[in-house]
Amino acid sequence: MPEKVITADKLTKRFGDFTAVDQISFEVEKGEIFGFLGANGAGKTTAMRMLCGLSMPTSGAATVAGFDVYRDNEKIKRNIGYMSQKFSLYDDLTVKENMQFYGGIYGKSDAFIKNKTAYILDELHLEKEAHVLVRSLPLGWKQKLAFSVAVFHEPGIVFLDEPTGGVDPVTRREFWNMIYQASDSGITVFVTTHYMDEAEYCNRVSIMVDGRIEALDTPGALKQQHEARSMDEVFLKLARKAKRGEG
Amino acid sequence: MKAVTVDHIVKTYGKKKAVVALNDVSFSVEPGELFGIIGPDGAGKTSLFRLLTTLLLADSGSATVDGFDVVKDYKAIRNRVGYMPGRFSLYPDLSVEENLNFFATIFNTSIEKNYELIREIYVQIEPFRKRKAGKLSGGMKQKLALCCALIHRPSVLFLDEPTTGVDAVSRKEFWEMLKGLKEQGITILVSTPYMDEAGLCDRVALIQNGRLLSVDTPSAITAGFANPILAVKANRMLYLLNRLKEADFTQDVYPFGEYHHLVLKKGKRPEDVQHWQNDQEHLMIEPIKPDIEDCFIALMKESHA
Repeated sequence: MPEKVITADKLTKRFGDFTAVDQISFEVEKGEIFGFLGANGAGKTTAMRMLCGLSMPTSGAATVAGFDVYRDNEKIKRNIGYMSQKFSLYDDLTVKENMQFYGGIYGKSDAFIKNKTAYILDELHLEKEAHVLVRSLPLGWKQKLAFSVAVFHEPGIVFLDEPTGGVDPVTRREFWNMIYQASDSGITVFVTTHYMDEAEYCNRVSIMVDGRIEALDTPGALKQQHEARSMDEVFLKLARKAKRGEG
Repeated sequence: MKAVTVDHIVKTYGKKKAVVALNDVSFSVEPGELFGIIGPDGAGKTSLFRLLTTLLLADSGSATVDGFDVVKDYKAIRNRVGYMPGRFSLYPDLSVEENLNFFATIFNTSIEKNYELIREIYVQIEPFRKRKAGKLSGGMKQKLALCCALIHRPSVLFLDEPTTGVDAVSRKEFWEMLKGLKEQGITILVSTPYMDEAGLCDRVALIQNGRLLSVDTPSAITAGFANPILAVKANRMLYLLNRLKEADFTQDVYPFGEYHHLVLKKGKRPEDVQHWQNDQEHLMIEPIKPDIEDCFIALMKESHA
């Protein structure tokens, strides 16, 4: 039986009388690329924060990398990678310093950090930029570096929150190539995006509407179920049902 | 008279002019046009908008808005343009109604006088008119910002990435609102990193690294795509991609949603792919029309070559 890296069972988060996440249940397998879609305000961020050990659920159960979100949230943080478009790298540290910093935070040995840093610089062709401040890198390079840094400590799962927003179409595809490679090497990828063509690149996709998971399947099956030609159409059909406004 | 003209504009930043934000950019916009500036982050879109709204000076070149020079006549321009910056720039501690009133007043007009122009958009946020702007949801903030940019009935409206980070449904709604405004005769310049929004504009400028790659109607840009292009699909997509990269008929190949887009070298034909000796399972090949993203990728790679 394939290993489950994420399990969620009726996971719920309420703020006062507002139910941001309403009894969501799903499982993600090892090495899967899992697309987590939903309109603004559907509850994606709140759900993701619970899975990352940053927010206590109100009820329900969930495990991430084998750890319980209530009891072992500190262990979860140590065993996942995280990257978002808004925050990922320190602009006023160099490329190399960022990697050393993240390696250190996750308690990796000096030898590990040294080897891994050399490997990533080579892989991204950034050897010449090792001592350049991240601030001065073009956005596309920054995003690719941010992803490498998010998986620097070799976590079993990485959470990517709109990693490709505003990135040019060529770099966006290079970025997805990195996601494929990570998934090939056994890293589970949990990703949110507003680009519907990227939803097609996921093994399975879930779509949240008003705090609930309205659909969850492979892109092909979702298109068939909703008689749609593209994921864009599937998304529009489901998200238009939303009753509540943005949160 | 053109609504906007941009003539050999250069804008650099930094002591040694190391960062070239706009590199010899020229184009013009007709009155009443819905004109898109399409490009990724860092392409120079915001610098261009700030120059045209007289908030930034160019190193060289010239530009006009509504016939007025952006340097000499900056006061006249400020009276007649509406500008919605990429970052939320209203007063968070004023209510919805107070913000709108404030912007109407500084332009010597009133909400009542121009209500018709904003009515369709404003009715959607009117139930929350007593709520502080800082407490609105993202979509409502955006609608209020648009109302504030319109309340003095500008002749040219500048919208800097209004749909960035917005979900597909809200993006469609926003473009519906723009269509409504266009019908009222307002010239609109709108920037976006989403290539699929190009088709909703009358004309677009594709921008990358401070240079315009192309300026034309979306259909003329896609018609100008020189090579044959195919959508291909097989059971193992990553394997297919890697094999196609090595094939002798391939100019370029990249993932495109459910398919890979395969750009053939000039003179090569779809039949060449059909006769391709390979071990792909369930290979499907279909000639397609390129879209703006295909053109952008091709133009980007050309300009790097």
